[in-house]
Amino acid sequence: MDPLETARVRGDFPLLERTVGGHRLAYLDSGATAQKPTCVIDAEQDFLTRSNAAVHRGAHTLAVEATEAFEASREAVARFVGADTDEIVWTKNATEALNIVAYGFANASAELGGPEAARFRVGPGDSIVVTEMEHHANLVPWQQLAARTGAQLRWLPLTDDGRLDLSELDAIVDASTAVLAFTHVSNVLGTINDAARLVDRARQVGALTVLDACQSAAHLPLDLHALGVDFAAFSGHKMLGPTGIGVLYGRKELLDALPPVLTGGSMITTVTMEETQFLPAPQRFEAGTQPVAQIVGLAAAVDYLAETGMETVAAHEVAIGEALLAGIREVPGVRVLGPLEPSLRIGTVSFDVDGVHAHDVGQFLDSRGVAARVGHHCAQPLHRRYGITASTRVSSAIYTDEQDVEQFLAALAEVRAFFGVAA
Amino acid sequence: MTDLTQLYQQVILDHARERTGAGTLLAPVPRPAGFGSSHQVNPTCGDEITVEAGPGADLAREHRWEGAGCSISMASASVASELLTEHGPQRFREEVIPAFRALMDSRGRGEPDEDLLEDAAAFHGVSRFPGRIKCALLAWVAFEDALAQTDTEKE
Repeated sequence: MDPLETARVRGDFPLLERTVGGHRLAYLDSGATAQKPTCVIDAEQDFLTRSNAAVHRGAHTLAVEATEAFEASREAVARFVGADTDEIVWTKNATEALNIVAYGFANASAELGGPEAARFRVGPGDSIVVTEMEHHANLVPWQQLAARTGAQLRWLPLTDDGRLDLSELDAIVDASTAVLAFTHVSNVLGTINDAARLVDRARQVGALTVLDACQSAAHLPLDLHALGVDFAAFSGHKMLGPTGIGVLYGRKELLDALPPVLTGGSMITTVTMEETQFLPAPQRFEAGTQPVAQIVGLAAAVDYLAETGMETVAAHEVAIGEALLAGIREVPGVRVLGPLEPSLRIGTVSFDVDGVHAHDVGQFLDSRGVAARVGHHCAQPLHRRYGITASTRVSSAIYTDEQDVEQFLAALAEVRAFFGVAA
Repeated sequence: MTDLTQLYQQVILDHARERTGAGTLLAPVPRPAGFGSSHQVNPTCGDEITVEAGPGADLAREHRWEGAGCSISMASASVASELLTEHGPQRFREEVIPAFRALMDSRGRGEPDEDLLEDAAAFHGVSRFPGRIKCALLAWVAFEDALAQTDTEKE
């Protein structure tokens, strides 16, 4: 993307105009949550001011309009990630989506769901495989499933340069493996994983795959059918959409067989005092009132990204990532986590400043108008693997420009001197 | 905008580097009577600290801490140790800890009692940064808890 184009894109994001402590804002925390374009803000407001009504119930005009907007949004999101419309389940966030899958396995293991749910049963003798780079949201639910069922939890380790170590893949993912859950892109390291190879291995042994797509859906072209994963999860707010809305993707036949976790209204066909029949997917997972305005906002966000084209977005962010990586590596006393080869990662870079705690780094950057993330980024095992408890992360999005990078690098260069660690 | 130097006063940066009371934990097994140990973690950033009090009765001298964290949390542990040594456990618990908590709750409006708090008065500026107050309090929670354990274990 040429600079003029980026300037035009930035004009779509009103928040970027504000200042912080008298400084221009350099927002480099899109990996945590992205800023919203005007079209998303307007879509939510338009829905609430013109069409708000309960969906999938009632026969009046507003209810019809709201239901149409609700289902058209599902279609837009499905198209955006290469899925069929009825393979898209609305959730509160990606964490909930991952928990629906893990607890669906747990329910099946407790004999719920009848014979068609048998494929989700796990117990002693089975294994569940994750990776050492997972966000806690794609680790803790699987630990819980293992604890509940007696299945064994295994993980793929990391290399020193922040990639998955697949040298023991065939031993770790073996005939006992029921599920392989892994992130498409590390939220800390920015590493893009070889999803095709992992899916191939899982298929060889008959394991189901669960993809955390939070950091890929927002930054890379994503085609879930082409990737061949069985389930995937992503969140709206990281891809320019509102908070409070996430997505669970599942292959239709699997979603129709997976026992639901949240039960109640809007997800049933017949209820008697003794028992209940559930609707097919996606409705069987959408109990209770849904966040319709946020869903409409998310559809506006994916339309916005699609209009620009995810190839263009990805190319822009790779260039930003390359500039971040090269600039950070030039600062003395700063160690980059993750691969040093830009083509292996998205435009997210985490680093450790020798002698200065990440929290202090972030505070100093903030004093220069730079918004970065500090802490363990919900990935404590990853940080432990690299001998640290916390790191500082800068992450880009469609609107990140060269000035953001320069402003950040200028501030980073002063950090160690400010804290008296080095001149 | 609050100036960064209000947060990172020189005395705080000095304590973060030259840490009073920091040392290797004894972690005795089994714990002798009157020995206190408290491990505290800040789950948002992963900072952690362990404070030990005892095994002897002279807690002003016989305490130590080990921790990893930001300059605010480490400097805070250092000044807490210094004040415990200077005032002794009783005054530290009855006057110093409440005064430090009150200072942290003041949102920058409190006037620190410099005679009582000494170097801890420099944390006045921290109370203006809501995101950092828990960094400053982490060690104090550990000191308070470890000292309280020395009571119950003695009984």
